[in-house]
This record gives sequence, structure tokens and C-alpha cells, in this order.
Amino acid sequence: MTELPLIGEAVAVAAHPQLAGAKIGVVTFPGTLDDRDAVRAVRLAGATPVALWHADTTLGDVDAVVIPGGFSYGDYLRAGAISRFAPLMSKIIDAANSDARLPVLGICNGFQILTESHLLPGSMIKNDHLKFMCRDQVLRVENNTTAWTGDYGVGQEITVPLKNQDGQYIADEKTLDALEAEGRVVFRYVGWNPNGSRRDIAGIANAAGNVVGLMPHPEHAVEAGFGPEDGSGTEGLGFFTSVLNKIVGDNK
Amino acid sequence: MTETSAGRTAGTATETKKFNIDTVENAARTPDVELPWAELGLKQNEFDEVVKVLGRRPTGAELAMYSVMWSEHCSYKSSKNHLRQFGDKVTDEMKKDMLVGIGENAGVTNLGDGWAVTFKIESHNSPSFVEPYQGAATGIGGIVRDIISMGARPVAVMDPLRFGAIDHPDTARVMHGAVAGIGGYGNSLGLPNIGGEMVFDSVYQGNPLVNALAVGVMRHEDIRLANASGKGNKVVLFGARTGGDGIGGASVLASESFDDTKPSKRPAVQVGDPFAEKVLIECCLELFKGSLVEGIQDLGAAGISCATSELASNGDGGMEVELTSVLLRDPTLTPGEILMSESQERMMAVVTPENIAAFEAVMDKWAVEYSWLGEVTDTGRLIITWEGEVIVDVDPRTVAHDGPVYDRPYARPEWQDAVQADVFTGSVQDAGRPSAPAELAAAITELVASPNMCSKSWITNQYDRYVGGNTAMAFPDDAGVVRVDEETGLGVALATDANGRYTYLDPYHGAQLALAEAYRNVATSGAVPMAVSDCLNFGSPEDPDVMWQLAEAIRGLSDACMVLGIPVTGGNVSLYNQTGTTPIHPSPVVAVLGKFDDVARRTPSGWKEDGQAIYLLGTTAAELDGSEWSNMRGHLGGLPPKVDLAAERELGEILINASRDGMVDSAHDLSEGGLAAALVESSLRYGVGARIALQDVLDRDGVDLFTALFSETQGRAIVAVPRSEEIRFKDMCTARGFAHLRIGVVDAEGGTLEINGVETMNLDALREAHEATLPKYFG
Repeated sequence: MTELPLIGEAVAVAAHPQLAGAKIGVVTFPGTLDDRDAVRAVRLAGATPVALWHADTTLGDVDAVVIPGGFSYGDYLRAGAISRFAPLMSKIIDAANSDARLPVLGICNGFQILTESHLLPGSMIKNDHLKFMCRDQVLRVENNTTAWTGDYGVGQEITVPLKNQDGQYIADEKTLDALEAEGRVVFRYVGWNPNGSRRDIAGIANAAGNVVGLMPHPEHAVEAGFGPEDGSGTEGLGFFTSVLNKIVGDNK
Repeated sequence: MTETSAGRTAGTATETKKFNIDTVENAARTPDVELPWAELGLKQNEFDEVVKVLGRRPTGAELAMYSVMWSEHCSYKSSKNHLRQFGDKVTDEMKKDMLVGIGENAGVTNLGDGWAVTFKIESHNSPSFVEPYQGAATGIGGIVRDIISMGARPVAVMDPLRFGAIDHPDTARVMHGAVAGIGGYGNSLGLPNIGGEMVFDSVYQGNPLVNALAVGVMRHEDIRLANASGKGNKVVLFGARTGGDGIGGASVLASESFDDTKPSKRPAVQVGDPFAEKVLIECCLELFKGSLVEGIQDLGAAGISCATSELASNGDGGMEVELTSVLLRDPTLTPGEILMSESQERMMAVVTPENIAAFEAVMDKWAVEYSWLGEVTDTGRLIITWEGEVIVDVDPRTVAHDGPVYDRPYARPEWQDAVQADVFTGSVQDAGRPSAPAELAAAITELVASPNMCSKSWITNQYDRYVGGNTAMAFPDDAGVVRVDEETGLGVALATDANGRYTYLDPYHGAQLALAEAYRNVATSGAVPMAVSDCLNFGSPEDPDVMWQLAEAIRGLSDACMVLGIPVTGGNVSLYNQTGTTPIHPSPVVAVLGKFDDVARRTPSGWKEDGQAIYLLGTTAAELDGSEWSNMRGHLGGLPPKVDLAAERELGEILINASRDGMVDSAHDLSEGGLAAALVESSLRYGVGARIALQDVLDRDGVDLFTALFSETQGRAIVAVPRSEEIRFKDMCTARGFAHLRIGVVDAEGGTLEINGVETMNLDALREAHEATLPKYFG
């Protein structure tokens, strides 16, 4: 376990007495960029963040894992293609597939790593307009039964930042049809599809609903004044409170 | 990754080739050997000086070092005599928050609560014309390493850009490459891009300006300096391997080599690897946290030549380095090439023997390659050996600091009077000045769609402004704002500005106007201006006209800093920016850094709340010379707007107090494009319009409606004041004797910008005009 070098001191949040004991791991690979943001989001949701290092060989006692965004290993090969082989990833894959169904959230590069790990189907290719795109993006919640979306309503629209170069979600038609049929499309882009993703898909889940991946960044919409200007600016916090409520519920 | 893991390669030098090594001994024995000093850019007098300093001819390796370190870029030989003013014109009051001043990798300013901030702006102009993507990318990389070298975590970048004419066929090549390069590198580092500038002008056609600013924060105790002290301490090079990229004119050094199977000369433009840099950032921060390095220096221009000589020169002794220990990408490199290589993503540090193991553990953790090159000595000499044979034996000061200094001749250009006499009003280009309501509406729409005033979102949407989670404000607001301390909200604001046309018309005042605008932008955001960094982009100093522009700009800038009470803490001079013999407009890009006690108090530039009163602060004169309007009409002459620094300071205090005390909900400074541009920008920011009446302004200031809208008189801003705060706000302005007039109200319902005497403008149509320009040219 390593300590993340933060810029400032942590935001002081009175931990929810029931939630503070919940530990959410945040993985750092070489080239990970949004790890400190994910740590902050976990903390703002009331839980205890645990920094995980890609070379670690144990997950410790975390109750859930966030794989944050960035350009792990520079994304010089396919995005996520190298990180998928990190020692910690095999532990995460095992834990996600185990009976305990460890909740795992992959954001942006984390989503790419999850598809490379075959925890989620499909893949991401370069945006259809070929440019990096940073914008405030409206998403529609399509499924609120996953480990990470329980605090949202189905059909609810949330605004979170989107920023990526390789965000175009693709899969063969059969896979896409299956995802739709099984309700595993968790988020869709609303208004404008910013990268050419098939069927406006912004995020998906595995069959059990414990593993969720999406390209937009909920961890950048957790604090008013530092996130999107539209809406409350904190519409991404629900991801983190959702998983906490699930953890607490499971432990009751 | 495992093939290159540090554990395997650390300390094992690449197999050395046999060169005909020009040792110091050989140099002393063979004084008459012809050396390619001219090809390396040295002048006869400079070469003679090297010989005098050494008491013999230099070796090939020494010649390589002196030639790069005595270059204009590294030595500031043409500007040094003038730059002194930045250090001289400083009061004790201005110094009180300056923890590290000019001369280090970047200046450091005290933020309070034990926090410090470091920032600097630099140019990467020439490489960005030759190879825009890599040139711009490595510009970001270089300035970020300067910030790391100070012991800071980099927290944001900005990029002031100047390109040729928007419709010139080559502009798209440079623009696409530079923007993609800044994004490709900066986005991969996890640094939010929080602002910058974009100007199109044909004077930059063959010489675009790609400047890059980086800002970093640290605790006071983490400040690091570039010096090698403590006899017996070890010198280590880490990061990327050294390759043949970025060697200027190195082919002449082939005379050192027997081997004619060398690869062809590598391009002089460096190639960046942002992943390597990101790992280097985290790795350095871990070193600082463990206090594992005594001194540290990044490798930028002049590579190992610069790092060894500066570290040794700033230290208390000397240094001995074995050059064959350098890890190479290309084993055929000669000693001279290794010394001159500008391969990116490298750092040099000084480590005590006790910390070696801990240092190596950090390197291994991040899989960063490193090699121990030598150690600090007490001889006062910088000695570089090649397989044990001495190839460099110099006093490091003579390389790093005691280079030639020139008092270049300068004189006010003969053409300056004629240019200043050619005013816009009444000129051929001024024919048909708009006055009817429909004409004025069309003029405003044309202004906000013009290349320099149009929306930059096509560019800024390609940059990550969110990463880090501390961006409180970014483009298109007046300043970028980043939180430093999550506990208290302590943070910094940054703005960069320059107006090449103003500076062309009057370099002394033009440079002051750049400072005034950056200062005003920071104050408009609500931050207290604290420090200045400047990037002085000029033509050839060997042209007395250009040298005069440079001398005047520095004099103007340093005088203005005194009046505003904010010191220059660092910067960069970029000369020889010209196409053939035609210099660019003198372009001193000025960055001002300000401080927020709590970034939650920041003031955005757009209106939101219906019914809030809009006030214009400051008075308006007929100042159209050098303006965007005259530029759109193809005119450049006359005198730039008047500078009134006392008024800027007063305005700044009003804006800062209003922000801190919650008296304004929005503020936007008036600069290029005048009131017309500001009104449209404040409307489009959140899609909320206004109803404006300027009759009181026209009556008070004695100007017509066109002038009130398009004049670029300085020291002005517009603010939106909540009804409940109006009396308090007016009282404050009155008490300070600062001109203020209520010019309208925010209108959240109409979806229009209404200005009495101007045909009502629909916000959707304005937005379309504003945002269509860049996509139209650059897709």
C-alpha cells in the first residue's frame, strides 16, 4: 500500500458513523491521473479511501475498488492493454468474479482496463472526430440496480465531465443486443454523442451488476464549484454513496 | 516494462564506442587544431574568450559545452544588461513574499499557511514552427520540469499562442499540431489547462509564438534549488535515456569520430514522451517527500552541459562526472553530442551517500532508469572524463554564468514617428464607420466572430480542465483559478496577456499594457496580484530597431512592476523571432499570479441572476489606434491606449474587495474589443442577456456610441451587482473616487443583448457567430 501524494490536506468531512468503516480502494498505475480525484470522491461520500498500487499482490480488506482515469503506461499500446496484466488486476478480476462479487468501478482508462480484462465486454477506439474532447456531458441512468447506481433513479439525467481521446465504445451487434436485453447498458449519452459510441452507450455493467465501467468522470462532479457548471455540480457523488449503501446493506 | 527496469540497467553504461577522444592533455599539446566553433554558433570574439578563460584551446567536448551555454537562449547575452532592471527596480515591500527570485529554475512566492507557489512562462517558438506537435508538447514538458525542479507539485498549465493569418494555408498545419501537442502532452500529465491566449496575425506566419506556463505548489520546507554541494555527494542522472534528438548543429562534431557508420543527423526538435514525464513527476515528488535529494536540476536546453555546469556553479565546490556512465538510446553518440543532447524527460540530482539506497528504491518503484555519474568535489572545477580520460576541465562558472554579455546598439527606429502619426480616425480604413443601429449590431457581430475575438472553445475543449479536482475557474473567464489547500480554500489565479500591436506602436507602454491587462484580469477574478513572470518574444537583437523595442519593453515593464508593487520572479527571453529579415511584433507575454484566501470567492465573467445591476467602472476615451476594430479594418498606426497604473491599482482593489465581500456576482475586464466584446462575452458565458443604455457614459465622457463600444481604453471593467449590494458597492467606488456608472440590468428572460441605439441582438445568433470561426478554418 502506498500513500498518495496529495496537494492539499484532505477535505474534512464528518464520516457517516455507519460508512466510515467502509474501505474503498483506488488503484494507481504508472500514468494514472485521476487517482487523487477518486480518493477525494470516496472521502466526500463518507468512506475511507485506500490507495492501491498496481504492483501490489493483495487487495487487503477493501470493500470495493475504483480504477480511475488517466493514460496508464501512456496508452501507447491499446488503452488499458498493459495495465490489465498488473499483479493487482488478477486479484481484482478474481474478487469481482468471486461469490462475494467485489464492487468494481472503472472510469475512463479504468473502463478501458476492465474491457481489456474481460470483466466487461466490448472495447474503446479513438473518438469518431479524432480529437481529445473535454466537456460537461449529460448522461441518462438506464439501470439503478448495479452496485454503483442504486442512489439514482432510472431515467434520471446527470451532468458529469467527459474527457477522453479513445472513448468510442464498440462491440459486435450480438453483444450490443445482449447488453440491451439484459439491462446492462447503465448510462447513455443524452443530447449529443461525443465520441461515436455504439447506441450512445456511456457505461455498462457485468451480468451480476457489481462491475461497472463508464467513460465520463463522476469523480469530477462531487464538489460544488469544482465540477460542471450545469446542474448542482455534484451529480457524480451518487456513484460513491450508492456503493457505500450497498456495502452497509450487505453487512447488516 | 521489465526489460528496461531500473534494477537491471542501473549503473551499467551502454557499451562505449571507440572515439578519437580529444582530451584536455591533447588540447594543451595541439593548440593549432582547427575547431568548428563557427558552425556551433560561436563568434570569433567568443571563441577567443573561451581560449583565454581556459588558457588553451578547448577540447571538442568543452567547445560543445561553451557553444550551447553561451548561446543567446542559455546565456541571455543580449538581454542581460537590460533584464537587470527586474532585479533592481524592486522595493523591500515587493520582496517580502518572494522566497526565491530570478535566476533559479522558477521563482517562488509565499502564499501563507506554510504554502508556496512557483510559476514560470517560457517559449518554444522555433521548434513549434518546424514540428508543431513535438515543439509544443516538449514546451509543456520543459516548463513542467522547471516547476518540479523547485520541489513543487505542478498543478496547472496555460498556453499563450500566436499564429499567422487565420486564412493562410500554413496556419492550419501549425495550429493543429501545436494544439494537439499541448493537449497530447499536458492531458497525459494530469495537469489542467486553465487558460491562455490565441492571436492570429500575419507577422507570426513564419514564426508562431508557442509559449507555455506552468504553476506548482509546495510546502516551504520542500523548496529545492539547483546546486551541487557537499563533497562526496553523488551525482545521478535519471529519467529517459539520452539520445540524438535535439542536438543543434551537432553534425560538425562528427570530426571527433572515426566511425562513419553513424546514423544520419537527428532532427534538432526534441521528441516528447508524456508518460515518462508523468512518472518522473511522481517519482520526484516521492524523492522530495523523503528528503532524498540535496539539489536537483532538470535537463532542458543544453542538456547535460547545462545541468552539470549550473549545479556545480551554484554549489560550493566542484563536480567530477564520468560521461560513459550516461545511459544512451544511441550508442554511437560522441561525448560532445551527449553533452549537447536535449532528450526530454531527464533530471539530474545530488544525493548523499546515506540516501543512495532509498533513492534507488524510489527509482525502482516507478521503474525509472538512472545512472550514477560521479560526485561533488571541493576543487571548484567541473571535470568530465571519458573512460577515465579528462575531456572537460573548466571552472563551471565560466560555462554557466560568466558568458559573454553584449551591449547591443539600439536606437528608436526611423519609421516609428511615421507609424505613430498614422492614426486610425479619419484614415482610409476608417471610411464608413458604423453608426446606425443595424450597422452597429452588424459591427458587434463581426467583432466577436473575428479571428482574435472569436470563441476559443474549439481549442480549449481539447484540453483537460478538470483533472486534479481543484480547478475553480478556467477559460473563458478572465483568469484561471486553482485551489491549493482543500482545507481552507487557499488558491491562486493566473492570467497571461500581451498585445503585439500595442507594443509595436509603443514598446515602453505596450509592455506596460500587457502587464496592466494581466493584472486587471487577476483582480477581476477576485485575486490579489502577487508576482509576475514574463516571456519576452522579440526579433533579432542584432537589429538596432528590435533591440530598442526590447530595451524599451523591459524598461516599461520593470517601471510598471514598481508602480503596481508586484515583482518579476522569473521568465524567459526569446529572440530572433522573425521571418527572413521581418521581425514579429514585439510580444512581451506577461503572466500575473494572484492569491485567493478562499477560491470560493472567485468571480466569474458571466451574468446569471435576472435584474442585477450592471456597472461600468472607469471612463472611456476615443482610443481606437491598435484596437481590434482597426485591426479588422486593416489599419495599424497611432498610439496605443494610455496607461494609468494608479487607476489600474484602484480598479483592482475595488474588484478584489467586491469579490471578497460578495458585492459582485460577475466581473469582466475590458480589453481587446472594448465594451462591445465584454458585453457579448458576459452574455454568452451562461446564455443570459442584458438591457444596456450608454447615454450617461456618452454624456459624461464625451464620446459617441461607436467609440463607447469599440474603444480600448484601459482601466475598465463591467460588474453585475445584486440589488441588495448596490448601495454598498456605489459607496465604495465613490469613497475611492473611481468612476462608475450603472449601464443596465441583467435580463435572464429575453435571450437577447439589448443596447440602446443598437439593433437588438439575439444571443443564439451571437453565439453561432462567436463559435463558428475556428471550426470553419480548422474543422
